[in-house]
Order: sequence, then structure tokens, then C-alpha cells
Amino acid sequence: MTKEQRLKKRHSSEKRFRFYGLASIFVALLFVLILVNNIFSKGSSAFMKTAIDVEVFFDPELLELKNGANEEEILEADFYDVTIESLLKVYPANTLEEENALIDLFTTDAEIEIKKAFLEDNTLIGKKINLEISASDDIDQLHKGNYPRDLPEDRRRISNIQLKIYDNLIENKKIIKNFNNYFFTNGDSRDPELAGIGGALVGSFYSIIICLLLAFPVAVLASIYLEEFAPKNKITDFIEININNLAAVPSIVYGLLALQILLATIQLPRSTPLVAGITLALMTLPRIIIPCRASLKAVPPSIREGALAVGASKFQSVFHHVVPLALPGTLSGTIIGLAQALGETAPLILIGMVAFVVDIPSTPIDPSSSLPVQVYLWSESAERGFVEKTSATIMMLLSFLIVMNFVAVYLRQKFEKRWN
Amino acid sequence: MNFVLIFLITIFSLSLFFYGRSKTKSISIQKNIKLNALPKFYGYYLVLWCSIPALVFLTVWSLFEPVIIKSIIIETAANQGAVFNDKNEANLIYEKIKAIHLGTYFGDIDSILKESAISYAKFLNLFTNSKIVLIFAIIIASVIYSLKKIKNNNKARDDVEVILKGLLFASSLIAILTTLGIIFSLLFESIKFFSVINIFDYLFGTNWSPQRAFVSDASAITAEEYAELKDAFGFIPLIAGTSFIAFIAMLVAVPIGLFSGIYMAEYASIKVRRVSKPIIEILAGIPTVVYGFFAALTVGPFFRQVGESLGLTVSSESALAAGLIMGIMIIPYISSLSDDVINSVPQSLRDGSYAIGATKSETIKQVVIPAALPGIIGSVLLAVSRAIGETMIVVMAAGLAANLTINPLESTTTITTQIVMILVGDQEFDSPKTQSAFALGLTLFIATLVLNYIAQRAVKKYREKYD
Repeated sequence: MTKEQRLKKRHSSEKRFRFYGLASIFVALLFVLILVNNIFSKGSSAFMKTAIDVEVFFDPELLELKNGANEEEILEADFYDVTIESLLKVYPANTLEEENALIDLFTTDAEIEIKKAFLEDNTLIGKKINLEISASDDIDQLHKGNYPRDLPEDRRRISNIQLKIYDNLIENKKIIKNFNNYFFTNGDSRDPELAGIGGALVGSFYSIIICLLLAFPVAVLASIYLEEFAPKNKITDFIEININNLAAVPSIVYGLLALQILLATIQLPRSTPLVAGITLALMTLPRIIIPCRASLKAVPPSIREGALAVGASKFQSVFHHVVPLALPGTLSGTIIGLAQALGETAPLILIGMVAFVVDIPSTPIDPSSSLPVQVYLWSESAERGFVEKTSATIMMLLSFLIVMNFVAVYLRQKFEKRWN
Repeated sequence: MNFVLIFLITIFSLSLFFYGRSKTKSISIQKNIKLNALPKFYGYYLVLWCSIPALVFLTVWSLFEPVIIKSIIIETAANQGAVFNDKNEANLIYEKIKAIHLGTYFGDIDSILKESAISYAKFLNLFTNSKIVLIFAIIIASVIYSLKKIKNNNKARDDVEVILKGLLFASSLIAILTTLGIIFSLLFESIKFFSVINIFDYLFGTNWSPQRAFVSDASAITAEEYAELKDAFGFIPLIAGTSFIAFIAMLVAVPIGLFSGIYMAEYASIKVRRVSKPIIEILAGIPTVVYGFFAALTVGPFFRQVGESLGLTVSSESALAAGLIMGIMIIPYISSLSDDVINSVPQSLRDGSYAIGATKSETIKQVVIPAALPGIIGSVLLAVSRAIGETMIVVMAAGLAANLTINPLESTTTITTQIVMILVGDQEFDSPKTQSAFALGLTLFIATLVLNYIAQRAVKKYREKYD
């Protein structure tokens, strides 16, 4: 091999190496793109729901109510006959089979939706109004194009009769899409068209607040102690080793800890945001302490010495001068720690947050779900409608995380002092 | 009740603050002496003495009160003739008694339950009353003590600082308490488990099927039952599955992570670095449940389809899908750590290499990477420990049955998956099945601890070398 050939080979190997590096970065970026695209394309349809325009007639003969009835009477009244009569008028069904198929196009909560309309206006007896009644999950998915029509009938959940009725309703422009408020206000449900993340949102909110209230003060105090006051001795070393190890312990181990100590020994109520918050706080604590210490360490010694020189005590120099300067870094570390805690699932599964909870929790000691656990629960469900619901929940979760991370970065860039 | 007490303590503390501040001021004027600290520190001093002992007492009391009352009530119920065979039945009776007391129980109430409910009310009352009395006693005692100190014109600021320093130290002790809590809660159940199952049968058994392990009476297990049990708790398939999936993850993450780390540290312009580094780190910020969902609903079925078109049988919960996604999750851990490590290799090493005519890639391959190797190995080990502790991806995308296989297209299970599967939903305590989850947790804890220890030592040693 001549000198020129060898040089050429070396240069091409240089180019190859560089290409590998660029390709790896590209692969990683591509994956972020694929993941986000996949989630968004599946999930964005969940923010709309399919409804069917129904003319509801509040027939005085079928309802045992008078105009101006009070709330209690309305809640107790039976709207079933009115509902069925109104739904059947949407399409001229001839046989019993067709009638059943028609009623199955609507959500099981159709009666409640009609009742709600009456609750809003209790002078409707004897009148006709047009209501947008939610469609069942199958029709919802069909209308959004997530459901293949060309399967043989015995392999799909929608019968041929229902398809015929659906096509007829489309022709008469009775099928509409509107904003899916259920997704944000309802709790969990077995029916995908009624399921929402209201309960999970509240549960996550309580858990994170409890986590913040417990973890933040303790983490800040502990890092102040370790960084500013701790003497260099074995106890301090031991604490430091402990913190570093705790930050690397798998999150599921914290679930086992919570199960044994919080649930079995202290007997706090299962499946509640209280237990979730304490567990997440224990898990987040070392992850907050580490950035807190780093930001305290970044404050130059001249600040401390300046304070001491004009007669401040050690405490005054730390709390009046060092801590305020380190605060932006501390806060951004805390927010990033909380963002991790918000997405944590495994320990919450172990403390029983996978329970099926329909009600939206009103206090932190009510059983509840949380956003990531809701993702896990719905992803295990067989119904097609839950796929878009799961993706939409992930979209909500990711947008919270993005906001939190942006706040953290903003705090750091805006308020943190650079010392050199 | 507790909220009222906390409220009262706060009110007392606040009023003591103002009292202490004005009192010391007036003393200094009356007796014409110079105070040893600013008046407000006397206020702080009183506040701390008034609130901390009372709050600590209240917390400890509230933690133990329900447990103690429960054991007393169950004991008295047993003395009165209530029959229960195990802990679960005792718990049930206790819940009934509580419900009767609250008036929310609608079943039949026999005389034993009725008596117990009455004594429950009695004890509850007694405990609450004594709690209030004790808290007030504590507040009065500590306030009298601190007032006396103040009147003697103590060095209030120093005293306040000593107390606060104690508080700081106590917060840093929470880390140790958490570690102790983890170790005890894992050991406690694991010891129970290993008293039933021989530890060698656990470590070297090749069959894992805890759902078969049904024991009627955990305290007396016959030899036949044990033979069955022995076969249900074999750890080998789990560690094999865990390492296999972690291995696949590493096959994905190490090359991609390492090359992007090298590119960022050595080639990338500041602009490229500023954009691409945060984007790659997004991968570390995405919750693992999201990866799990993606692996289970998109990647798994996709591999299955591809496999079918190639004529292969691919399980839709294949180790390949779980490992691949886990690898992608781990990329940023390796890339940013190795980026740091490579950045801290001194420039003089590179300059020396360039000076004798090496190209950039030759310098990287033959000088920089060997110099940074301990740090890189450390970062890979940290990534491995993360991979074996990862839960949601494998729970959602890997299988549940413990297959001993090295075919990446088949399904296999992991330690974390099994912990979740055993503990999800209602579990009965005191059964070997539940306890086995804690034994698995202990094994996982020890494994990650060892890996982290080695990795951190490696990184630290490496840092010291070039500092």
C-alpha cells in the first residue's frame, strides 16, 4: 500500500467515524419524533366525541313530573320511557331487532344526558327540544375512522343493521362531532365513551402537592446542612453515600417500602393520593437534594466570607445570602424532580392505585387514580376506544411535563447568577 | 382533632413570639441592661420551644395511636369470646367494630361486637383526652423553661441557631431513615419467605410459577407441599429473563449512546450541541409508562407482523420489543454521562496525539477513549442497573410466564414484572406468594446497589485521576 492509499484510507475511516456519530444522534432524534407522532396521531381524536342529534319530546304522559319540579323530584324521576321513545324516532325502525340496534348506537348514559337537560330547564314538559346525545363507543370509533368497516360481520362489534342505520343518519346529517367534555370531567368508566381523566387529574394533583410539601422543605434543609454546616466526619459521609444510593434505587422498591411501612404498619388508607404523595416524596427526596447541593456549592465562598466579615453569624450568612442566591437552582431542581414523580407509575401500582375508581376524589384520603396509572389501566383494556383515550392521557401528561421543564429552565436562565 | 391542635399550637407560638419580643424589650429598658441578642430572637426562641416538642409528640402519637388501639380492641374482643383464626379475620372484626362505632354498620350486631364497640369508643375517648392533656403539659413545661431562660437574658440567637442546626441535621437523617426503612421492610418479609423456602431452592430453582403456590396453613407445611412449593419459586428464569432483556437494551443503547456522546463532545459545534443535547435528554424525561404503551401497542404488534411476513413466529410480547424500547429509553443516560466523561479528558492528551499526526478519529479511538474507559464503563454499569430496575416497560410489553429462553422473539419475564404481578390487586399477607415479591425486591435492591457502587467508584476514581 502506498502512502497516498494509506492516507486515503485513514481519511475515509475518519469520515466513517464521524458519520456513525451523526447517525446515532439522528437515530435518537428520529425516535423522539416517531414516538411523539405516534402518540399524537392516535390521541388527538379523543378530544372530540361523536354525538347524534335527537329530538326529545318530554311527553307528560310518560313523565311523572310537572313544570317547575324541584331538583330532588327530577333526580328521582324515571326518564327511561322518554329516552327510548325519543331515541326510536331518530330512524324509522321496523323490527324489534332494528329497534335494539338503534338504541345500541347511543351511549348507555343517554337517559342521564336527557335528565341533565331537564335539570337545566325544568319547564320543558310537553315541549320538544333538540339534544346532542353521545354515541356509543363503537359508533364513535367508526365515525372517527378508527374502526375497519370491511371486516366480516361476525368479527366486528357493529352489526350490519347498525351500519345501515349509521349510513342513513350520516345522510340525514344527524351525526355531529363536538368537544369531548367528558374526557376532562368524568372519572374512570367501563364504557370508553364515558371514561375521563377527571379523577386521575385530581389524584395526580393531590399526590404532587403532598410530595412537594414533604420533599421540598426537607430536601432544602438537608442540602443546606450537608453543604454548609456538616463537619467532615463518618456520619456525614454515611449520609452522603445513602443519598447517592437512594437516588439510584429502582422506583418499584419504594413501592415495596410504602406497602410494608405505610400500608401494613401505619395503616394509612390504600389507593389514596396521601400514600402516593408520601411514597413519591421519599423517592424524590434524594433526586432533589443532589441539584440543591450543586446550586449551593456554586455560590462562591466570597459571598459567605463577606457576610461573616461584617459580623453576621454563620446562620445569617447562609440564610440571608447563600440560600437566596441558590434559590433559582434549587427551585428548578425541585420542579424537575416533581416532573419525574408525576410520571412515576410502578410504586403507585403497588400501593393499590390501580383500583377502579369512578368517583372524582374530593380529599387526599379518598381512593383515586393518577395520570400515569390511568395510562397503564386503559392500555390493558380491550376496547378500541381506550387506545385513543390512553394516547390522549399521555398527551396531557407530556404537556404537563413539558410545561414543568420549561418553567425549570426559565427559572434557571432568568434568575441564576453566573459567577465567572 | 389534630388540625385543631396544630392550629392551637400555631396560635400559641405566634402570641409567644410577640410576647417574648416585647417582654425582653421592656426588661432591657426597666433594668437598663444590654440584651445579648436582638429582641426578635427571644421571640423565635419561644416559638421553637413551644412548637417543636409539641409537634413531634403529636406526630409520633398520631402514627402509633391507631395501631395500639387496634391491638387492644382485638385483644379485648378475643377475651370476650370473639373467634378469629388469622390476621385477616381479626382485621375484619376490627373494621366491623369501627363501623358500629361510627354508626355505618348495618349487619347483625351480637353482644361481643356491641361490647367491643363500646370499649372502642371508650379507648378512643381516653386516647384523645390523654393526647390533649399531654400536649398541653408539654407546651406548658417547655414554655416555662424557655421563659425562665429568657428572663436570665440568655444568648438567644446562639440558642436559636443550635436548635435550627438540629433541625437541619434531622432533615438530612431522613435519607438514612429511608434506607433503613427499605432494608427493614424488604428483610422482614424476605426472612419469613426464606423460613418457608430454602434459600438455595430459591436461588437455583429453574421454575417460577407462584400462582401454583397455594398453602392452606403457612405455619405447618408438609413435605409434599414443600416439594410443590420448591418448584414454584425458582429464581433462575427471572434473572435470565431480566438479564436477557437488559442485554438487548444495552445492544441498542451502548452504541447509539456512546457514539452520540463522542460526537457531542468531540465534533459537534456549539449550535448543534445546544439543540441536540436537550432533545436527546427528552428521551430520559418521558415517563416509562409511555414507553410501555408504545412498546405494547405499536412496536410489539409491528414486530409480529414483520415476523409473520418473514415466516417467523413472533410473540407479540417478545423480549426484543421490550428490550429495544428500553434501550432507547437508556440512550440519554449513556450519551450524557459519556459526554461528560470525554469532556474531562485533558486537552493535552489530544494535542499530543495530533502532534504526531493522528487524525481526529484515531485520536478518539486510541487516546481519548482508552483514557476515558473507566468512566465510560461506569456509565454503562449505571445504565445496566437502570435497565434491570425498570418496571413499566417490561410489565406492559414483556410476558408474564417465566420462560427460560434465549430466543429474542419469544416472550420472557423479569423480576420487576413478577413483583408487580404478585402484588397488584388484593394480596393476602402471610402467604409465601406475597412474601416472594419482597424476596425479589431484596434481590433487586442488592443487585442495583452493587452495580451502582462499582459504577460510582469507577467514575470517581477516573475523575480523581485527571483532577
